[in-house]
Amino acid sequence: MLALEMYRSVAKTALGKVAGGRMPLLLTGAAAPLRMVTLDPPKVEHDGWARLKVSLSGICGSDLGMLSGKTSLYFQPLVSLPFVPGHEIVGELLDPCGDLDAGTRVVVDPVLTCAARGLEACEACARGETNRCSRITVGDISAGLQTGFCHDTGGGWSQQLSVHRSQLHAVPDGYSDEQALLVEPVACAVHTARRAAVEPGDRVLVSGAGAVGLLATLALRELTDAGEIVVVAKHAHQRELALEFGATEVVAPSETLRRIRRATSAFMLEPEMMASPYLLGGVDVALDAVGSKESLQTCLHATRAGGRVVLSGMPATADLSAAWFRELEVVGTYASSRGSGDFATALDLVGHDGMCRLAKTVAPYPLHRWREALDHAQSAGRLGTVKVAFDPRRTN
Amino acid sequence: MTRPGFVLEVDDRTPPLLVHEGLGFRLEEFPQGTRVVYPPESLPTVPDVDEAIREALDNPVDSEPLRELMFPGMRLTIAFDDLSLPLPTMKAPDIRGRIIEQVLTIAAEKGVDDVEIIAALALHRRMTDAEMKHIVGERVFRSFAPQGLLYNHDAEDRSNLEHMGMTDKGEDVEINKRAATSDLLVYVNVNLVAMDGGHKSVGIGLASYKSIKHHHNAKTMVHSRSFMDHKHSEMHSSAWRMGRLIGEHVKVFQIETTLDNEVFGKPYDTLLKREWEWSLRDQATVLGLRRGLAVAPQKMRHKMFHDLRSNYGLTGVTAGAVEPVHELTVQRVHQQQRVKVEGQSDVMVMGVPYLGPYNVNSTMNPILAACMGLGYYFNSYLRQPVVREGGVAILYHPLDEGFNTLTHPSYVDFYEEVLADTTDPALIGPKFEEQFATDPWYVHLYRTSNAYHGVHPFYMWYWIAHALDHLGDVIWVGGNPKAAARMGFRSASSLRDALEMASSTVGPSPSITYLRNPPHLLADVR
Ligand SMILES: [Zn+2]
Ligand SMILES: [Zn+2]
Repeated sequence: MLALEMYRSVAKTALGKVAGGRMPLLLTGAAAPLRMVTLDPPKVEHDGWARLKVSLSGICGSDLGMLSGKTSLYFQPLVSLPFVPGHEIVGELLDPCGDLDAGTRVVVDPVLTCAARGLEACEACARGETNRCSRITVGDISAGLQTGFCHDTGGGWSQQLSVHRSQLHAVPDGYSDEQALLVEPVACAVHTARRAAVEPGDRVLVSGAGAVGLLATLALRELTDAGEIVVVAKHAHQRELALEFGATEVVAPSETLRRIRRATSAFMLEPEMMASPYLLGGVDVALDAVGSKESLQTCLHATRAGGRVVLSGMPATADLSAAWFRELEVVGTYASSRGSGDFATALDLVGHDGMCRLAKTVAPYPLHRWREALDHAQSAGRLGTVKVAFDPRRTN
Repeated sequence: MTRPGFVLEVDDRTPPLLVHEGLGFRLEEFPQGTRVVYPPESLPTVPDVDEAIREALDNPVDSEPLRELMFPGMRLTIAFDDLSLPLPTMKAPDIRGRIIEQVLTIAAEKGVDDVEIIAALALHRRMTDAEMKHIVGERVFRSFAPQGLLYNHDAEDRSNLEHMGMTDKGEDVEINKRAATSDLLVYVNVNLVAMDGGHKSVGIGLASYKSIKHHHNAKTMVHSRSFMDHKHSEMHSSAWRMGRLIGEHVKVFQIETTLDNEVFGKPYDTLLKREWEWSLRDQATVLGLRRGLAVAPQKMRHKMFHDLRSNYGLTGVTAGAVEPVHELTVQRVHQQQRVKVEGQSDVMVMGVPYLGPYNVNSTMNPILAACMGLGYYFNSYLRQPVVREGGVAILYHPLDEGFNTLTHPSYVDFYEEVLADTTDPALIGPKFEEQFATDPWYVHLYRTSNAYHGVHPFYMWYWIAHALDHLGDVIWVGGNPKAAARMGFRSASSLRDALEMASSTVGPSPSITYLRNPPHLLADVR
């Protein structure tokens, strides 16, 4: 079968030197750690595993981070090279899988927990907090925090992979493949909204209006009693989507701090030199949906004392002075948890009108045009796309 | 008294005309038949300024001489116009300083020792020490400032405001407590335009937001025609009602001054001459200036212009009771600035220079540029506007000088947030004004830094309400298209393009009037 394979890790330091600001070229140029290969389809010979034929598989910000070497070395022991990326997956079962018949259309919860590894449930898994599983490097399959980072299971950027029953959710009739593709990212957004622990009437800042930010906005609006939700967007089409998904107000990055200051009657202080200004006062909850230093800094600087900063997406390094001085709660949010039914909620949410519209804008590429696809995903915001995906069924 | 020759019709012998545009100017070829209105030449000035001041204080209108209003043990407060006047800043010594010195001399002779001096800046920014010193003079500054007896009025200092009651129209009259509780309040004014002075001095200059908001709103300002004629201005009617109420509580001794038209000192004085009278030397000067400006970086151009001091001469000084004094002042201002203009035209053209009352030593951001053109210049008429109803205003300004966050912090938010929502002055007020006016950060910056009050950009916008109501289109030549669009206007790169754009509103061959500001002129449109 055809697959895209990440075959070597890219040391962040080495890349940083060569790359400068030209990430897209590195991602797709000769030095790219990704290649197109013909592989035997992966098959995990243990109970509960089945083969899945891929219909669509999305490109996520974390994939781009991994490929461009921006990802922290922290994650290196959590993957097994070489692996086929792709963890936003919709496909058709080739084998029966537990109670699911062959031919069933499913979406994949990519987290590979104790259940998939043939282990007794760890404490986290036993509580249903599957995204906090502590056994993700051991058991029946090779290391890998998720499908899409694990050598043995394969991933979505190929024609076929192996999946475990614990990961599968049948797609209701009436949903398009594109809608189904969005279930995984929406499930993450649902989890994010829960982690944000928004109180009724809270003012929320969502920094970023890419897929993560937009879906988080939708989840916050639908699942919490948030008051104002201010979304930071760079591009015009993001502005419209953000409003459709429940933003009260959409602001440009350069305006963010001033707008929050005004809305919350905060005071704004400007340290000397190059340091960024910050507020005394601000929103109750801020959510970094970009993972850049600027975005995280904005979140830390725009949150009132005692407020909460949610890291949704892989964070960048930032000055944590505000977290200390303003007693901020800095909350991580990773994937989604099965115990709280995030996928079930996500399956409901993708029926939302805005989501139907969004699904129609998914940009599919055949596997062999991977350079173009990654390029497109890298500049998706600028180009007006929210989600770029591979469609291995396509030949062009 | 208007002198002939101030209105010129462009023909094939007319040279290109000077048009100001921010930190620069251009020489523009106007279509033949364009009517050009030049400001009148300067009136004769008083031969001895100190003598004229003495004369005014000794022989006031409808009042005993200042000397006789003073007595030992009294509370004397002197208030004066802030740096928004005159424009540009006048060469030292400033006329206000010279007047204050004489008032203080009389007070000393009469044994008055409880004296405070207050800059009547209303909701304008606090002046720096250097700016204050320039106005009152070194000696007064050094004798009063260190003891805290010379200071900027603080319209947000609740403990130092006095509510004097309501007018019969339900307007709060609340002014500076020290001024309100004085035995005598001496006001020292500079009248650059007919709009200033009179009851506007104390009634607005020393008032609080609570009081000012009764006349500084879209509704009042759209009904003020013209601002230069206080009898036809709603804003002035309100200020007059308040002023009369203030007069019942505190004795006000008003000193008003008027200036000639010498706004540009050397080497810029050529800019004041009419183009068809330029000598070869003048032409060379203008060419040299233009070349210099073309290559100078923005910062340097800013410095070149803002360092400029004018050679104003005093055309008169009058003291006494507010209303009769102001009558004489208005007469003199009209004498200096009034130009008779026959009939309205379809298009009016105005160059907006680098300076207005609200950007002294700061930048003229797009909102201030709009206010300068559509607030000040558009409203500089008597009887009826220069341009007919539904006509087009063409203005020159780059609209890109940027927002100075030290002096105009709330302007940035107004521009980004309020104007993005709506540019209609009538809608803006109810929706946003209160929030901006009471924002604690703006209040803090107004009181402790050098920032205009949070509500100030709203006033700028209300001020153009009458023009917006009257005009069919507004086009900025050389204006940043994004900024123009944000404010609801259009931009064009040349006059030809602007007239092309205007043709959909006023037809292909409109009548055009160019008001050649500055200095200030007042079009008396018959
Ligand atoms: Zn992902
Ligand atoms: Zn586990």
